[in-house]
Amino acid sequence: MSEVPHELRDEIPSFDEGSTHHDQGAGDWSGLTSVRGAKSTLEIGTVVAIAFGVFFGLEAILRLTDTPAYIFPKPTAVVRALTDDFWLQYGQHLWVTLQEFFIGFAIGSTIGLILAAVITQKPFVEKVVAPYIIILVVTPMLALVPFLRVSLIQGVSMWPIIAAVALASGPMVLINASTGFRRTDLAKIALARSYGATTFQVFRKVRFPLALPMIIVGYMVGAIFGLLTAIGGEMVSASEQGGLGHQLIYFSSLIRMENFGAVLLIIEALGLSIYFVFYFIGKRWASWET
Amino acid sequence: MSSLNGRAKIEIRGATKTYEAKTGPVHALEDVSLEVTAGELVCILGPSGCGKTTLLWAMSGLHALTRGEILLDGSPVTGPRPAEIGMMFQDANLLPWRNLRKNIEFPFEIKKRPVDEARIEMLLREVGLEGFDSSYPRELSGGMQQRASIVRALAPDPGVMLMDEPFGALDAFTRDEMNLLLLRLWSETSKTIVFVTHNISEAIFLADRVVVMTPRPGRLAQIFEIALPRPRTVDMTFAPSFIELIQEIKHAVESGTQQPVGAE
Repeated sequence: MSEVPHELRDEIPSFDEGSTHHDQGAGDWSGLTSVRGAKSTLEIGTVVAIAFGVFFGLEAILRLTDTPAYIFPKPTAVVRALTDDFWLQYGQHLWVTLQEFFIGFAIGSTIGLILAAVITQKPFVEKVVAPYIIILVVTPMLALVPFLRVSLIQGVSMWPIIAAVALASGPMVLINASTGFRRTDLAKIALARSYGATTFQVFRKVRFPLALPMIIVGYMVGAIFGLLTAIGGEMVSASEQGGLGHQLIYFSSLIRMENFGAVLLIIEALGLSIYFVFYFIGKRWASWET
Repeated sequence: MSSLNGRAKIEIRGATKTYEAKTGPVHALEDVSLEVTAGELVCILGPSGCGKTTLLWAMSGLHALTRGEILLDGSPVTGPRPAEIGMMFQDANLLPWRNLRKNIEFPFEIKKRPVDEARIEMLLREVGLEGFDSSYPRELSGGMQQRASIVRALAPDPGVMLMDEPFGALDAFTRDEMNLLLLRLWSETSKTIVFVTHNISEAIFLADRVVVMTPRPGRLAQIFEIALPRPRTVDMTFAPSFIELIQEIKHAVESGTQQPVGAE
């Protein structure tokens, strides 16, 4: 190897913007989104067959062993419970959970994204802020719901849970989006600048698209954490506005396990919807990066 | 367009650039002076670390000099001048999230100018890329990406092209093809081109003049006038006189280099 000083190498001369670091950092969750999904009809057929197998296999075992519903409800009973009085038992609670989730996630993710764009402008700021982001990421925000309810936001409104959802999803978006914004490609920035691009144009036309795949990952992880927090928050705060988490506690305390299973199915569907929404957003807007 | 026939299009006066490294100041450029005539094709040649890219970036206004100045058409370059200078970078440097057409329209978009459709069509036909408008860079070969990058640089019709080892990453065959394409476009458009490379035969093949730079500090060692007739052909690169010239220039590079060339 040559002993040419780093500054003299011909690749890209360093100018004011200074160092470029390509490490993905502790916040790289991209593995979560790169699960290889089923593609061919054979694969999809097998996935569906397994689902049927589990459903009816479970049903058969539970029938043969004559297991009582309070130990394990039969799948058919769960489905029947789901359709029984839907709005009163689940619908209105689903609506509560959705409101908490969407408002909290919108606030948290927006703040997270803006903060990420701001702190990555200066490496010093980013390094100083990073430990605190990690602390926010590892703090189980749903544990704060009872505290938020008695201290910051009084009463039985949704706002304590909305705050917890925002606090859970925001740092996830922040940490992933920061990873994205850190991927500054000096050659592409120089390209834009050579055409006379302003700082804002460089951001909008180079840095943001470059960061977009990681931003989408952050939104996906943040949304899933947000949903978990909303449901967990409802479980830990006995409240009158309800919610799916509240119904989980309610049905399990009454040992109505068919209804409990039905609530779980709804939560499952919510989580899968989040996954697929961001999967397709990623496919549409970030497919250039494989 | 002011015709400065025979007069300096680009004038580099005592260009000096020093970086602050941990081990102390590093002289990337030391008192480099050079004049480039309008319509000329000059190659800047040298080993890694000789400051050739630093010099080119200073000419494009992407970074400032510590001392000295660079004049374009008589006025000092203090920042990017996109209307006059087209810059080509190492590798094709296309934006992977844009298709080929959107990549080529990028300069117009930045300058908020209407896209010159006719010119882009003409250039795409010229480089044999018509019909690939909606392809993404990852779907194109290295040579095709590089041709797209040439079209992008030429589309706004700048008078000066600054090229920073644009074909360095290509295989030898594709590189020859690109060099011929560049010469053809140059002869048709009468642009002033400054082309940075570390490949001696590429430099000779393209240039009117080869400017040899040597590292630590980066300074101008020698200038070779290339008398090869135009249009140039790949066959010329096998002629004995061409080989001799390669050796001569190689000596010039080595004599100014403390360490043996090729020790990287």
